[in-house]
Amino acid sequence: MEIEREALTPTSEIDRREGSGIEALRAASQHPVPDPDAWLEEEIKRNMLVTTVDAVLNWARKSSLWPVTAFTACCTFEFIGASSSRFDIARFGMEVVRASPRQADLLICGGTLTWKMAPQIKRVYDQMPEPKWVIAMGACAISGGIFHDSYAVVPGYNRLIPVDVYIPGCPPRPETLLAGIETLRKKIAKESIMKPR
Amino acid sequence: MTTTLNSSDMAARLKAQFGSGVTPTADYLEVTPALLPGVAEYLKNTPELDFDFLDMVTAADYGDRFELIYRLLSLKNNLLVSLKVRCDRSRPSVPSLAGLWYGATNQEREIYDLLGIEFSGHPDLRRIVLWEGYQGHPLRKDFKDKVYGAGD
Repeated sequence: MEIEREALTPTSEIDRREGSGIEALRAASQHPVPDPDAWLEEEIKRNMLVTTVDAVLNWARKSSLWPVTAFTACCTFEFIGASSSRFDIARFGMEVVRASPRQADLLICGGTLTWKMAPQIKRVYDQMPEPKWVIAMGACAISGGIFHDSYAVVPGYNRLIPVDVYIPGCPPRPETLLAGIETLRKKIAKESIMKPR
Repeated sequence: MTTTLNSSDMAARLKAQFGSGVTPTADYLEVTPALLPGVAEYLKNTPELDFDFLDMVTAADYGDRFELIYRLLSLKNNLLVSLKVRCDRSRPSVPSLAGLWYGATNQEREIYDLLGIEFSGHPDLRRIVLWEGYQGHPLRKDFKDKVYGAGD
Protein backbone atom coordinates (compact mmCIF):
# COMPACT_ATOMS: atom_id res chain seq x y z
CA MET A 1 0.00 0.00 0.00
CA GLU A 2 1.43 3.38 -0.91
CA ILE A 3 1.46 5.99 1.80
CA GLU A 4 0.34 9.34 0.70
CA ARG A 5 2.89 11.57 2.45
CA GLU A 6 1.94 14.64 0.69
CA ALA A 7 -1.48 14.24 2.07
CA LEU A 8 -0.06 14.22 5.63
CA THR A 9 2.57 17.00 5.38
CA PRO A 10 2.79 19.24 2.35
CA THR A 11 6.25 19.43 0.67
CA SER A 12 6.43 23.13 1.13
CA GLU A 13 6.20 22.72 4.88
CA ILE A 14 9.10 20.21 4.96
CA ASP A 15 11.26 22.56 2.97
CA ARG A 16 10.48 25.46 5.27
CA ARG A 17 11.48 23.45 8.36
CA GLU A 18 14.71 22.36 6.75
CA GLY A 19 15.47 25.86 5.70
CA SER A 20 14.86 27.37 9.13
CA GLY A 21 17.05 24.68 10.72
CA ILE A 22 19.92 25.49 8.37
CA GLU A 23 19.47 29.21 9.05
CA ALA A 24 19.64 28.62 12.82
CA LEU A 25 22.75 26.46 12.54
CA ARG A 26 24.40 28.97 10.29
CA ALA A 27 23.65 31.76 12.72
CA ALA A 28 25.12 29.77 15.60
CA SER A 29 28.25 28.81 13.65
CA GLN A 30 29.73 32.20 12.88
CA HIS A 31 32.96 31.38 14.78
CA PRO A 32 35.17 28.27 14.58
CA VAL A 33 34.89 25.72 17.35
CA PRO A 34 38.12 25.80 19.42
CA ASP A 35 40.53 22.92 18.85
CA PRO A 36 40.62 20.46 21.74
CA ASP A 37 43.69 21.40 23.95
CA ALA A 38 43.16 19.26 27.04
CA TRP A 39 46.29 17.32 26.06
CA LEU A 40 48.26 20.53 26.62
CA GLU A 41 47.02 20.71 30.23
CA GLU A 42 48.06 17.10 30.70
CA GLU A 43 51.61 17.91 29.65
CA ILE A 44 51.80 20.82 32.05
CA LYS A 45 50.48 18.70 34.90
CA ARG A 46 53.17 16.12 34.23
CA ASN A 47 56.04 18.60 34.11
CA MET A 48 55.32 21.30 36.66
CA LEU A 49 55.13 21.27 40.46
CA VAL A 50 53.16 23.92 42.21
CA THR A 51 54.38 24.52 45.76
CA THR A 52 55.46 27.19 48.20
CA VAL A 53 58.92 28.43 49.04
CA ASP A 54 58.37 27.32 52.62
CA ALA A 55 57.52 23.77 51.63
CA VAL A 56 60.58 23.42 49.41
CA LEU A 57 62.96 24.97 51.90
CA ASN A 58 61.60 22.98 54.81
CA TRP A 59 61.66 19.78 52.80
CA ALA A 60 65.31 20.34 51.92
CA ARG A 61 66.24 21.26 55.45
CA LYS A 62 64.46 18.48 57.25
CA SER A 63 65.63 15.83 54.80
CA SER A 64 69.31 16.52 55.28
CA LEU A 65 70.15 17.32 58.88
CA TRP A 66 73.86 17.28 59.57
CA PRO A 67 74.77 16.83 63.22
CA VAL A 68 77.96 18.24 64.66
CA THR A 69 80.39 16.10 66.62
CA ALA A 70 79.94 17.69 70.02
CA PHE A 71 78.93 15.17 72.64
CA THR A 72 79.86 15.41 76.28
CA ALA A 73 79.04 12.09 77.90
CA CYS A 74 77.49 8.63 77.74
CA CYS A 75 74.38 9.40 75.64
CA THR A 76 76.89 9.62 72.80
CA PHE A 77 77.01 5.85 72.67
CA GLU A 78 73.30 5.67 71.97
CA PHE A 79 73.86 8.13 69.15
CA ILE A 80 76.66 5.92 67.85
CA GLY A 81 74.26 2.98 68.01
CA ALA A 82 71.60 4.98 66.19
CA SER A 83 74.03 6.01 63.48
CA SER A 84 75.39 2.54 62.78
CA SER A 85 73.87 -0.23 60.71
CA ARG A 86 71.19 -1.59 63.02
CA PHE A 87 69.22 1.62 63.54
CA ASP A 88 70.60 3.39 60.47
CA ILE A 89 70.18 7.10 60.93
CA ALA A 90 71.11 7.48 57.23
CA ARG A 91 67.45 6.84 56.44
CA PHE A 92 66.86 10.43 57.56
CA GLY A 93 69.63 11.90 55.43
CA MET A 94 71.92 12.61 58.33
CA GLU A 95 74.63 9.98 58.33
CA VAL A 96 77.29 12.65 57.88
CA VAL A 97 78.38 13.79 61.32
CA ARG A 98 80.49 16.84 60.74
CA ALA A 99 83.62 17.55 62.74
CA SER A 100 83.26 21.27 62.09
CA PRO A 101 80.27 23.19 63.49
CA ARG A 102 80.41 25.43 60.42
CA GLN A 103 79.21 22.54 58.27
CA ALA A 104 76.47 21.36 60.62
CA ASP A 105 72.93 22.47 61.40
CA LEU A 106 71.97 20.10 64.22
CA LEU A 107 73.50 19.98 67.69
CA ILE A 108 72.57 16.80 69.55
CA CYS A 109 73.38 17.54 73.19
CA GLY A 110 74.18 14.11 74.55
CA GLY A 111 75.23 13.91 78.16
CA THR A 112 76.16 15.74 81.31
CA LEU A 113 77.58 19.19 80.74
CA THR A 114 79.92 20.64 83.34
CA TRP A 115 80.29 24.36 83.82
CA LYS A 116 83.92 24.00 82.87
CA MET A 117 82.90 22.52 79.49
CA ALA A 118 79.94 24.87 78.99
CA PRO A 119 81.82 27.70 77.18
CA GLN A 120 83.07 25.24 74.57
CA ILE A 121 79.57 23.90 73.83
CA LYS A 122 78.21 27.44 73.64
CA ARG A 123 80.99 28.30 71.24
CA VAL A 124 80.20 25.29 69.04
CA TYR A 125 76.57 26.42 68.92
CA ASP A 126 77.54 29.99 68.08
CA GLN A 127 79.78 28.78 65.25
CA MET A 128 77.00 26.81 63.57
CA PRO A 129 75.38 28.69 60.67
CA GLU A 130 71.66 29.44 60.64
CA PRO A 131 69.27 27.72 60.40
CA LYS A 132 70.26 25.41 63.25
CA TRP A 133 68.44 23.16 65.65
CA VAL A 134 69.23 21.64 69.02
CA ILE A 135 68.12 18.31 70.46
CA ALA A 136 68.58 17.82 74.21
CA MET A 137 69.19 14.11 74.56
CA GLY A 138 68.76 12.39 77.91
CA ALA A 139 68.04 13.45 81.47
CA CYS A 140 71.32 15.33 81.93
CA ALA A 141 70.81 17.44 78.82
CA ILE A 142 67.23 18.23 79.81
CA SER A 143 67.73 19.14 83.46
CA GLY A 144 71.12 18.01 84.67
CA GLY A 145 69.64 14.63 85.55
CA ILE A 146 70.89 13.07 88.74
CA PHE A 147 73.54 15.80 88.89
CA HIS A 148 71.00 18.63 88.71
CA ASP A 149 72.05 20.16 92.05
CA SER A 150 75.76 19.64 91.60
CA TYR A 151 78.19 22.50 91.95
CA ALA A 152 79.86 21.49 88.71
CA VAL A 153 77.01 20.58 86.34
CA VAL A 154 74.86 22.78 84.10
CA PRO A 155 71.22 21.97 84.97
CA GLY A 156 70.01 21.61 81.43
CA TYR A 157 71.38 22.84 78.11
CA ASN A 158 68.57 25.35 77.91
CA ARG A 159 70.51 27.48 80.37
CA LEU A 160 72.91 28.16 77.51
CA ILE A 161 71.21 27.63 74.17
CA PRO A 162 67.64 27.31 72.85
CA VAL A 163 66.52 23.67 72.68
CA ASP A 164 64.06 22.48 70.03
CA VAL A 165 63.35 18.90 71.09
CA TYR A 166 63.78 17.17 74.44
CA ILE A 167 64.35 13.41 74.45
CA PRO A 168 63.85 11.79 77.86
CA GLY A 169 65.75 8.71 78.99
CA CYS A 170 68.89 7.81 80.84
CA PRO A 171 70.12 7.17 78.27
CA PRO A 172 67.41 7.23 75.59
CA ARG A 173 67.48 4.16 73.39
CA PRO A 174 68.32 4.68 69.71
CA GLU A 175 64.64 4.28 68.81
CA THR A 176 63.84 7.17 71.14
CA LEU A 177 66.53 9.27 69.51
CA LEU A 178 65.06 8.50 66.09
CA ALA A 179 61.60 9.45 67.38
CA GLY A 180 63.07 12.72 68.64
CA ILE A 181 64.65 13.40 65.26
CA GLU A 182 61.31 12.63 63.60
CA THR A 183 59.67 15.15 65.96
CA LEU A 184 62.27 17.71 64.95
CA ARG A 185 61.58 17.00 61.27
CA LYS A 186 57.89 17.66 61.84
CA LYS A 187 58.80 20.86 63.61
CA ILE A 188 61.04 22.00 60.75
CA ALA A 189 58.21 21.29 58.27
CA LYS A 190 56.09 23.91 60.08
CA GLU A 191 58.64 26.68 59.87
CA SER A 192 58.18 29.64 57.58
CA ILE A 193 60.48 32.24 56.06
CA MET A 194 57.84 34.83 56.90
CA LYS A 195 58.34 34.42 60.64
CA PRO A 196 61.95 34.17 61.72
CA ARG A 197 62.72 31.62 64.39
CA MET B 1 102.98 -10.64 95.00
CA THR B 2 103.54 -7.14 96.27
CA THR B 3 104.55 -7.07 99.89
CA THR B 4 102.94 -4.48 102.10
CA LEU B 5 105.70 -2.91 104.08
CA ASN B 6 104.60 -2.70 107.68
CA SER B 7 107.12 -4.84 109.44
CA SER B 8 108.39 -3.87 112.82
CA ASP B 9 111.87 -3.84 111.35
CA MET B 10 110.83 -1.09 108.94
CA ALA B 11 109.15 0.80 111.75
CA ALA B 12 112.26 0.57 113.84
CA ARG B 13 114.42 1.91 111.03
CA LEU B 14 112.14 4.86 110.44
CA LYS B 15 111.91 5.55 114.17
CA ALA B 16 115.65 5.56 114.40
CA GLN B 17 115.85 7.94 111.48
CA PHE B 18 113.00 10.32 112.25
CA GLY B 19 112.09 9.90 115.88
CA SER B 20 108.56 10.05 117.22
CA GLY B 21 107.15 11.86 114.17
CA VAL B 22 106.54 8.51 112.48
CA THR B 23 103.86 6.24 113.94
CA PRO B 24 103.63 2.82 112.34
CA THR B 25 100.32 0.94 112.42
CA ALA B 26 99.30 -2.38 110.96
CA ASP B 27 98.26 -0.85 107.65
CA TYR B 28 100.09 2.42 107.21
CA LEU B 29 102.70 4.78 108.51
CA GLU B 30 101.44 7.95 110.03
CA VAL B 31 103.75 10.90 109.49
CA THR B 32 103.60 14.47 110.67
CA PRO B 33 103.43 17.10 107.91
CA ALA B 34 106.84 18.47 108.81
CA LEU B 35 108.50 15.07 108.45
CA LEU B 36 106.73 14.09 105.24
CA PRO B 37 109.38 15.29 102.73
CA GLY B 38 112.16 13.64 104.73
CA VAL B 39 110.33 10.31 105.09
CA ALA B 40 109.33 10.33 101.41
CA GLU B 41 112.86 11.07 100.30
CA TYR B 42 114.19 8.35 102.58
CA LEU B 43 111.70 5.83 101.17
CA LYS B 44 112.56 6.79 97.63
CA ASN B 45 116.32 7.03 97.84
CA THR B 46 117.26 4.17 100.19
CA PRO B 47 118.48 1.45 97.79
CA GLU B 48 116.92 -1.53 99.57
CA LEU B 49 113.53 0.23 99.62
CA ASP B 50 113.57 2.26 96.39
CA PHE B 51 109.96 3.43 96.23
CA ASP B 52 110.18 4.76 92.71
CA PHE B 53 106.45 5.05 91.95
CA LEU B 54 103.82 7.17 93.65
CA ASP B 55 100.70 5.12 93.03
CA MET B 56 98.21 7.69 94.23
CA VAL B 57 97.59 10.64 96.48
CA THR B 58 94.20 11.26 97.96
CA ALA B 59 92.70 13.01 100.94
CA ALA B 60 89.70 12.69 103.21
CA ASP B 61 87.78 15.09 105.41
CA TYR B 62 86.98 13.66 108.85
CA GLY B 63 85.19 16.73 110.10
CA ASP B 64 87.85 17.71 112.63
CA ARG B 65 90.91 17.03 110.47
CA PHE B 66 92.09 16.25 106.97
CA GLU B 67 94.03 13.11 106.20
CA LEU B 68 96.22 12.74 103.17
CA ILE B 69 96.95 9.24 101.97
CA TYR B 70 99.99 8.44 99.85
CA ARG B 71 100.40 5.00 98.31
CA LEU B 72 103.97 4.23 97.30
CA LEU B 73 105.17 1.32 95.22
CA SER B 74 108.62 -0.06 94.67
CA LEU B 75 108.55 -1.66 91.27
CA LYS B 76 112.05 -3.11 91.69
CA ASN B 77 111.63 -4.59 95.16
CA ASN B 78 107.91 -5.25 94.81
CA LEU B 79 107.01 -3.35 97.95
CA LEU B 80 104.06 -1.22 98.91
CA VAL B 81 103.65 1.31 101.69
CA SER B 82 100.90 3.72 102.63
CA LEU B 83 101.61 7.01 104.34
CA LYS B 84 99.02 9.03 106.18
CA VAL B 85 99.46 12.66 107.04
CA ARG B 86 97.02 14.41 109.34
CA CYS B 87 96.68 18.10 108.98
CA ASP B 88 94.86 20.83 110.78
CA ARG B 89 91.52 21.84 109.33
CA SER B 90 91.81 25.55 110.08
CA ARG B 91 94.83 26.22 107.92
CA PRO B 92 95.68 23.00 106.07
CA SER B 93 99.11 22.96 104.53
CA VAL B 94 101.36 20.05 103.65
CA PRO B 95 104.73 19.95 101.87
CA SER B 96 104.41 18.97 98.21
CA LEU B 97 105.95 15.75 96.94
CA ALA B 98 105.92 16.90 93.32
CA GLY B 99 109.70 17.34 93.43
CA LEU B 100 110.20 13.67 94.29
CA TRP B 101 107.49 12.13 92.11
CA TYR B 102 106.32 14.29 89.23
CA GLY B 103 103.07 12.30 89.13
CA ALA B 104 102.03 14.00 92.36
CA THR B 105 101.62 17.33 90.55
CA ASN B 106 98.11 16.93 89.18
CA GLN B 107 96.81 14.84 92.08
CA GLU B 108 97.90 17.49 94.54
CA ARG B 109 96.21 20.10 92.36
CA GLU B 110 93.00 18.07 92.55
CA ILE B 111 93.19 17.86 96.34
CA TYR B 112 93.89 21.59 96.49
CA ASP B 113 90.89 22.18 94.26
CA LEU B 114 88.34 19.98 95.99
CA LEU B 115 89.49 20.06 99.62
CA GLY B 116 91.48 23.26 99.81
CA ILE B 117 94.67 21.79 101.19
CA GLU B 118 97.71 23.86 100.28
CA PHE B 119 100.83 22.09 99.10
CA SER B 120 103.87 24.18 99.92
CA GLY B 121 106.56 23.99 97.29
CA HIS B 122 104.19 22.84 94.55
CA PRO B 123 105.38 24.11 91.14
CA ASP B 124 101.94 25.01 89.76
CA LEU B 125 99.23 25.04 92.42
CA ARG B 126 96.02 25.99 90.59
CA ARG B 127 92.51 24.58 90.47
CA ILE B 128 92.32 21.65 88.07
CA VAL B 129 88.71 20.38 87.99
CA LEU B 130 86.80 23.55 88.79
CA TRP B 131 87.40 26.91 87.26
CA GLU B 132 89.47 29.82 88.44
CA GLY B 133 87.36 32.03 90.68
CA TYR B 134 85.14 29.29 92.10
CA GLN B 135 84.30 29.88 95.75
CA GLY B 136 84.73 27.00 98.18
CA HIS B 137 86.00 23.45 98.11
CA PRO B 138 83.21 20.95 97.31
CA LEU B 139 84.57 17.82 98.97
CA ARG B 140 84.73 19.48 102.37
CA LYS B 141 82.03 18.19 104.68
CA ASP B 142 80.78 21.69 105.48
CA PHE B 143 80.64 22.75 101.82
CA LYS B 144 77.51 24.46 100.58
CA ASP B 145 77.21 25.72 97.04
CA LYS B 146 76.02 29.30 96.99
CA VAL B 147 74.14 28.88 93.70
CA TYR B 148 72.31 25.57 94.01
CA GLY B 149 72.63 24.85 97.71
CA ALA B 150 74.29 21.54 96.92
CA GLY B 151 76.11 19.75 99.67
CA ASP B 152 73.23 19.34 102.11
